[in-house]
Amino acid sequence: MKDSNYIIEFNHISKSFGEKCVLDDVSLFVKKGEFVTILGPSGCGKTTLLRILAGFGTVDKGEIRIAGEDITDVPPHERPVNTVFQRYALFPHLNVYDNIAFGLKLKKVQADEIETRVRKALKMVGMTDYEWRDVNSLSGGQQQRVAIARAIINRPQVLLLDEPLAALDLKMRKDMQMELKDMHKTLGITFVYVTHDQEEALTLSDTIVVMSEGKVQQIGTPTDIYNEPVNAFVADFIGESNILNGTMIRDKVVKFIGLEFECVDEGFGENMPVDVVIRPEDVYIMAHTDSGQFEGVVQSCIFKGVHYEMTVITTEGYEIMIQDYNAFEVGQSVSMIIKPSDIHVMRKERMCNQFEGTMVDATHVEILGTSFVCNEMADIAGGEKVLVEVDFDKIELMDNKEDGTLVGDVRFILYKGDHYHLTVRTENNDNVYVDTHDVWDDRDIVGIRIQPDDLRIARV
Amino acid sequence: MKKFFAQAYLWLLLALLYAPILIIAIFSFTEAKVLGNWTGFSTKLYTSLFQSGAHHSLVSAIENTLIIALISAGVSTLLGSIAAIGIDRLRGHKRAVLNTLNNIPMLNPDIITGISLFLLFVSFGISQGYTTVILAHITFCTPYVVLCVLPRLQQMNPNIFEAALDLGATPFQALRKVLIPEIKPGMISGFILAFTLSIDDFAVTIFTIGTEGLETLSTFIYADARKGGLTPELRPLSTIIFATVLLLLVVINIRAERNRRKEEEETAR
Amino acid sequence: MKWLSKMFMKRSSWSFPYFLFLLLFVVLPLVLIGIYAFQDDAGKFTFANFSKFISNPEAANTFVYSIGIAIITTILCIVLGYPAAYILSNRSLCRSRVMVVLFILPMWINILVRTLATVALFDFMHLPLGEGALIFGMVYNFLPFMIYPIYNTMSKMDHSYIEAAQDLGANPLTVFTKVVLPLSMPGVMSGVMMVFMPTISTFAIAELLTMNNIKLFGTTIQENINNGMWNYGAALSLIMLVIIFATDLFSDNEEEMASNEGGII
Repeated sequence: MKDSNYIIEFNHISKSFGEKCVLDDVSLFVKKGEFVTILGPSGCGKTTLLRILAGFGTVDKGEIRIAGEDITDVPPHERPVNTVFQRYALFPHLNVYDNIAFGLKLKKVQADEIETRVRKALKMVGMTDYEWRDVNSLSGGQQQRVAIARAIINRPQVLLLDEPLAALDLKMRKDMQMELKDMHKTLGITFVYVTHDQEEALTLSDTIVVMSEGKVQQIGTPTDIYNEPVNAFVADFIGESNILNGTMIRDKVVKFIGLEFECVDEGFGENMPVDVVIRPEDVYIMAHTDSGQFEGVVQSCIFKGVHYEMTVITTEGYEIMIQDYNAFEVGQSVSMIIKPSDIHVMRKERMCNQFEGTMVDATHVEILGTSFVCNEMADIAGGEKVLVEVDFDKIELMDNKEDGTLVGDVRFILYKGDHYHLTVRTENNDNVYVDTHDVWDDRDIVGIRIQPDDLRIARV
Repeated sequence: MKKFFAQAYLWLLLALLYAPILIIAIFSFTEAKVLGNWTGFSTKLYTSLFQSGAHHSLVSAIENTLIIALISAGVSTLLGSIAAIGIDRLRGHKRAVLNTLNNIPMLNPDIITGISLFLLFVSFGISQGYTTVILAHITFCTPYVVLCVLPRLQQMNPNIFEAALDLGATPFQALRKVLIPEIKPGMISGFILAFTLSIDDFAVTIFTIGTEGLETLSTFIYADARKGGLTPELRPLSTIIFATVLLLLVVINIRAERNRRKEEEETAR
Repeated sequence: MKWLSKMFMKRSSWSFPYFLFLLLFVVLPLVLIGIYAFQDDAGKFTFANFSKFISNPEAANTFVYSIGIAIITTILCIVLGYPAAYILSNRSLCRSRVMVVLFILPMWINILVRTLATVALFDFMHLPLGEGALIFGMVYNFLPFMIYPIYNTMSKMDHSYIEAAQDLGANPLTVFTKVVLPLSMPGVMSGVMMVFMPTISTFAIAELLTMNNIKLFGTTIQENINNGMWNYGAALSLIMLVIIFATDLFSDNEEEMASNEGGII
């Protein structure tokens, strides 16, 4: 047995369904007693990860340990974990009592002990006196409580929760969040919680694991994740944010929206392209004065309950989202200030598209599984491996998929103040990154075209 | 006015559909050998139907039919339910293949099913009798059971089997304690359906029954009718079959209606 | 033992026994029909069975005649059944579900009993048995099989299509011809499948209804099998299978067309 203070260890887990890779070399370690949330959009692999932990799914590669013991091949009924399912999965033919007692009865626990424990569990979830009710007659919130009682009565080392609050209405969800947090404290066991709701994750967790496309993007405390997102995906997914292209002029000076700002980041090098994240509540907005860092005109203003959400077009033509307790009228000239510590600078994941390909002949190159016409490459022979670079804004997207050299669908849309940065997934599951001024929607099917001049080809 | 014509049309059609059966039912209460002659009310045909002796072959045909129907409905329900649980979890082309195969016996005319099974049995030198008839009936009944059970599985919360495993049940315990109680209504409907289909069948039975003198109700009626005369006892028998089927269908429909209402109530909640 | 429990864990593999069963009792027998059809008595490969069918006027005539009877029966069933299905599925014309059950009920009664009942009816009314009785008997036997699928499609039809058409200014006739009729076509098609094929393939029914005077294709097949001419019988079965396959393809296309039209509306 390996000596470690982790209760759960995922070591290099990979999993594919057919062609589709849903978990790509995921490693994750959870400390005993932690409340860990796995957060990500639908299809990011978070539920698969949870199902693997519970034993409902197998892994292609890697190993899972609970309390130091390798459980990769242990069937679900022998694992020291219990699950609260998304749609509760209460047994419809059993009443509340029999649902909760299900696990203990299988373990052949004495009848009187079962009774004491069921009552205790019901008390814990605030459902005393509901023992003999038909589960189908309970409200969503009550069913959820029964599902939790049914899981915790077995005293698991780890409680898994798969979007347990997704089916509840907003008010109920808020109440249940607080109760879950209290329950975690009282029970002292490890909670692994899966959700796509970033607010829920920020409220509940000790640690948040942000996932996308089968990969762990960032692991950290809620404050870390919110304040120091490691990349544009995390910044966009957690909370609202302005994500803008920028250039690190030198240490502590960054240029974006056409202006130079003082910041606190160092060590990026000089004149380095970067992504800049500004939270909307971090932009100070005021009526036009000379003391602002930059000026703009209010484009829209919406009341959001506590604050107002405004979009402002700066004099330089960039769109910025701002949240403030004061409303400014549409059309009003305003001045804005951003504090150096509120500017988050992130290294760009990539500067341009890079595709590995093969030269077909002097004027054709094969990348992304398709042959593209390129400028004549006299010095590279057919069949030779090449690296092809294409700038983001040189990729053309067409409405009709027949008009493109290849077809893809829009997967991830990032607004960068004056243009959109799209991730387009081709039919071969390759990603193509595109800068465009056109508006596309998620999952739009598009044709992709690249002009011969825009393919930069080099030998590997 | 429109409604009146519509209703009149329906009743006219029903009268046409039920006229033959009604005539048989009416004349089952008289003793006349030839249908159409009314020689006064009598239940003699009913009593003689259940007296073994004179019509021994008819009684044994009824027995055979019921035994075959019970066994094939039972086996079909078991086989079909297990298959449905599997099919429910299959995805992609594997599921498509199984669905297609499952549809073949339902789409094939009975005569093709009968002849193809006949050829199977003679090719492998299997002597035809009880076993072959039952196997044949299982073949065409099971697809209907699958179709009865599958919707129950699809409506079911996909996680409840996993929930049972998660709470420490072995797969077998999960099957017994959770899955079967859930699909039971579908299994019962499937069993009833398979039972009626088996009793009703004629075309498949006649090709697989062999020549050892085994008779089911259908083959008995057929042989009897070919001889020209319609045994008078068949009139009360047809009436009884008709009444039984009526009863079964009413039961199935009440069950379906009750389930539907229950679901509506649940969704209303 | 371990792989066995693993198989048991994976519920998708529970369909495996049934898959084997289907291979053995559905696929293999159909393949055997194909094999027998191309063999002579000695088990040698031959086309003789098919040339016999084409050159033998009696079998070919029965075949054509059966198709004729099947077409007439199918058309009569549509003509009688479509209005009935329409009325049954229309809430304002027919509210009770009992009516529907009454129409489906005859489907569940032994076809021989139903046929004998028809014979009894003709006897009772002193009508001669023959072609008229045959067609009446067929329609009587298969009408419920036409009504039920049409009723099913119609009652599942989203009523908002009709309301949308009315909203766009269609009068009742246009609503029927442009919306209800095209959307109910899949039901009609499966009704045709359920009436046309059984009419060709039934045996015994025609004998009883015509005092053995008229033979249908199904009877021919059965007689050949009964008389030990398995290879010829198998060849005739194969011909019938080919027709089924063709009608199936035809109705599939129709169904797709119908659903496409539905999409356009």
